[in-house]
Amino acid sequence: MKVLVCIKSVPAVAGRITLTADARAIDTKHLGFAIGPHEECAVEEAVRLIEAHGGEAVVLTLGTAGALEQLRDALALGIARAIHLVTDGAEWDPESTTAAIVDAIRADEAASGPFDLVLVGNEAGDSADYQVGVRIGRALGRPVVTAIKGLSVADGRARCEQEASGGRDVFELPLPAVVGVLEGINLPRFPSVPGRLRAKSKPVEVSEPARPAQRLEMQRLVVPQGAAKQAVVLGQGADAAPAVVEVLANLGVI
Amino acid sequence: MANFPSHAKVVVIGAGIVGNSVAYHLANLGWRDILLIDKGPFPNPGGSTGHASNFIYLVDHNKEMTQLTVESARQYQDWGVYTTCGGIEVARTETRMTELRRRMDSAKNWGIDDARLLTPDEIKALVPFIDESILVGGFYTPGVGVVDSLRFGTLCREKAEAMGALTAFANTEVTGLGVENERIRTVETTRGTVEAEYVVIACGVWAPKIAEMAGSHIPLTPTVHQMADYGPVPLFEQSSKAIEYPIVRDMDVLMYERQDGVGLEVGSYAHRSILHDPEDIPSNEAAPLSPTEFPFTQDDFDPQLEDALELMPSILGDERVGQKYAINGLIALTPDGMPLLGETAEVRGLWSAAAVWVKEGPAVGRCVAEWMVHGEPSIDVAQSDISRFHAHQKTRQHTKRRAYEAFPKTYGIVHPAEQYLSDRPLRRSPMHEWHVAHDAEFFEVAGWERTQWFNANAPLVDKYGVKARPNEWDARWWSPIINAEHLAMREAAGIFDLSSFAIFDIVGPGALDSVQRVAVRQMDVPVGKVVYTPILSQLGGFKSDLTIMRLGERVFRVVTGGAHGMADLKWFRDHLSDDAALVDQTTAFTTIGLWGPRARDIVGSIARADLSNEGFPFGTCRRVEIGSQLVLASRISYVGDLGWELYVPMEQGLRLWEELWAVGEPFGLTACGMGVYGTTGRLEKGYRAYGMELDGDYNVVEAGMAPARIKDQDYVGRDAVLRQIEEPPAALLCTLTVDDHTSPNTGESRYMLGRQPIVLADGTPLTDAKGRRSYATSAGASPSTGSYILFAYLPPEQAVEGTQLFVESFGERYPVTVRVVGARPLFDPDNARIRGVAEAATT
Repeated sequence: MKVLVCIKSVPAVAGRITLTADARAIDTKHLGFAIGPHEECAVEEAVRLIEAHGGEAVVLTLGTAGALEQLRDALALGIARAIHLVTDGAEWDPESTTAAIVDAIRADEAASGPFDLVLVGNEAGDSADYQVGVRIGRALGRPVVTAIKGLSVADGRARCEQEASGGRDVFELPLPAVVGVLEGINLPRFPSVPGRLRAKSKPVEVSEPARPAQRLEMQRLVVPQGAAKQAVVLGQGADAAPAVVEVLANLGVI
Repeated sequence: MANFPSHAKVVVIGAGIVGNSVAYHLANLGWRDILLIDKGPFPNPGGSTGHASNFIYLVDHNKEMTQLTVESARQYQDWGVYTTCGGIEVARTETRMTELRRRMDSAKNWGIDDARLLTPDEIKALVPFIDESILVGGFYTPGVGVVDSLRFGTLCREKAEAMGALTAFANTEVTGLGVENERIRTVETTRGTVEAEYVVIACGVWAPKIAEMAGSHIPLTPTVHQMADYGPVPLFEQSSKAIEYPIVRDMDVLMYERQDGVGLEVGSYAHRSILHDPEDIPSNEAAPLSPTEFPFTQDDFDPQLEDALELMPSILGDERVGQKYAINGLIALTPDGMPLLGETAEVRGLWSAAAVWVKEGPAVGRCVAEWMVHGEPSIDVAQSDISRFHAHQKTRQHTKRRAYEAFPKTYGIVHPAEQYLSDRPLRRSPMHEWHVAHDAEFFEVAGWERTQWFNANAPLVDKYGVKARPNEWDARWWSPIINAEHLAMREAAGIFDLSSFAIFDIVGPGALDSVQRVAVRQMDVPVGKVVYTPILSQLGGFKSDLTIMRLGERVFRVVTGGAHGMADLKWFRDHLSDDAALVDQTTAFTTIGLWGPRARDIVGSIARADLSNEGFPFGTCRRVEIGSQLVLASRISYVGDLGWELYVPMEQGLRLWEELWAVGEPFGLTACGMGVYGTTGRLEKGYRAYGMELDGDYNVVEAGMAPARIKDQDYVGRDAVLRQIEEPPAALLCTLTVDDHTSPNTGESRYMLGRQPIVLADGTPLTDAKGRRSYATSAGASPSTGSYILFAYLPPEQAVEGTQLFVESFGERYPVTVRVVGARPLFDPDNARIRGVAEAATT
């Protein structure tokens, strides 16, 4: 089978988020970049599907030249080749992002056959628009499900599971289809050294799509006031043990 | 938690391995009212200690670093936070294997006696996951270990708190330092302002920023060192402890690999130099990991992965073993690669304990504490003394350029004479263009471009029949022209550019008292006398050796080497009487040296002065007219020949040089480089050098420099000298000569460059009663006698003229003979030349 996974290179935030002076972006002076968390799972899912069924997994991103690093990360995990739609750094809205991706999908399918599955992260790791997967499905006329935490393929159909209160909703989709993957569907593997070395020589197809006029323009970002961290001292030394046991019991881990 | 104090005897800034150690040792030495603060949380405030790989390799070519490391290992062991696992530096090439043999020389020098060389099979037996087929061999130190540096720091705080000596505050950031009359007064923090008598800056990569708050300088640059953790490693899942296999340093590819629990940590010094500014380090809150763990830049690391895979294919080639954690960790690099310890030159009471690695931390803590409490550390840390820097070395740009150049050499094979190439030329003597025109080979000291030899003198090599050195290592940074210049000087005369001298005047009513209290020799001498004197520490080790001219009743001029000049300047300034002042004249005067049997003829032909032995005796100085200049001439010599040091204002130096050159050429005057001045001329005259023979480990009796009479006036180290002359010396400085240069293995003639062990025929090292090893403190040719000289301190049993011993170099032994015990020169032992009484050339 042939699987496409779409990823976005996003700032790897962990500490306090600082915005740029115009409040239109995260200040990334001290930050690295990473594949968004949902998409990291989508990459892992794509690799597992190919390991199970054979075929080819392809990774695609619309992002700056620096996003090549995230493409290589995906290639190191077992993806066969990459499509890099290079931008100049300006943010693309979901509509134009989708248009560029759909163009690339059509071009690739024309050259090397259709994708059975297009995997996207449920939402982008930074802007969290929740739109691109649905828009791709609609543009290509393929079925879409999102928030998927279980995925398997058999007999030309994808079985997709959503968490629901009290159980799981299960969808069966005819292929080709588009699936929005949710973090937690799997535990992504770490790249091995041989994987890293192989990634260096895997093909990356580069193009520079024109950025159309944006219909949705982000004006500014606001860092939400997080609840102040409340540290509770459970006790000192051995005296703290019963309180720790109680906390762990309440969490259900013991 | 206690209230934040408004006063402390000492504030230690930074609670990494260094700050914690300093605080503990201050408490242990009896200080109380110690305040330790850090802007981050305990026990890991987010500095370099928190991400350190924490392994301790014991052997370094540098004595000071080895002593600091061995002492640190002892402290870690005493407190039970040291896990011995052994360490192997592996060689993929013959060139590296040769370097590892040199490592063995150093291990023997510094007494790391269980170190040994391994064959590839022996390496495999210790490290089963290594591919030994790509290795030539290894250097194994069984005592290498891994420490828990955060635990050690916590123990430091707990012990100091238990003594009632320490209050520690986390999450307390320094916002300012208050200075009055060049003395530290206050530390302003986010918890309030505290008055302090002393402040220790021990905050690693942030140190420059904090020092600047007081108008001081701690020149270091945060530099990236990449580390990545791979796992889980199936083999390590069976380990019973966090590390049970030796740490491997893959020297040729500048990487290391070590077990860390079920992971394999891979560290690299092979990537490009990635430098940052202290101001660019994020706050603890804004940092995604810790402030000193920058985002990993995979592109920089990828090229090294193949090298690591090649060495450890069974682990790193396993598809199940993944890269789990990877950082660009910040470490601190300095302009010359050594730590930054001691009171800052600019602000009294403001101390630096920075650019220190985990392997040196506890010893540095002890040394800095001893230095603060007793005035002197128990390990001689002169090379780390922050007061060593000249002005340009304190700049950000210079620091970065040198760090940029040095980083790739972290695991490099660095020649003992290796020169920095970046940020040059910086200081040029007035004669610089003349040197360039005569095809000078420039070495750099303290920013000065100094001629090591003149390629224009190449024809002298044939004239004197000087032999080249066949081995590339021996010949690197060397030329036979040095020996030829030497012989030309001894035959007629040589002229030397000594512009790099550090020169400072001690003036005022208290000038005599001021110099008297630091100089071993009597300074109450007639005006016009020149005194060569050792300068000692309280414990009686060497701080320096230098000359002092008495220019007036209340004026003394101190002349010392450029490399150590600024530290000497601080030492004199620290010991000034209240009614004396120190005036730095370093860049006011240049010095031209002119020596040799024809020196008097040359200088005399244009000087209006009586230059006879009677009119201008040895050991005196005076102003003389030379052409149109009034020149301060000093009749002393570090090359042991007749002649003068001539002092003139910098801007007149070239004129004097050109005039002397013009009149000197017919007499056979030769321009000579520092190769003659610092090595060949010096060694055959038995002259000792600070930093080589003279350091804190040896005393004036052992060095053969005890004064004939102990002066009545008190001076630093006098009590020690009185003790030293009463007790039999444990070692004596001797002049040895090499009997046969032929390598037993290759048959090639080899020339030792210094720091090689002196051993018995079977390779047994010589250890004196104080536990010190005998090693070649200096090495070099004596062209006048045709021999090759080694200086070494020998125990009394071996310090007997005629004794046959061996020098071990790259693991091979060469026979040597003890020629002189004590200070008597091998060449011209009666000093007829320097006294001006040698009619014909003397040998």
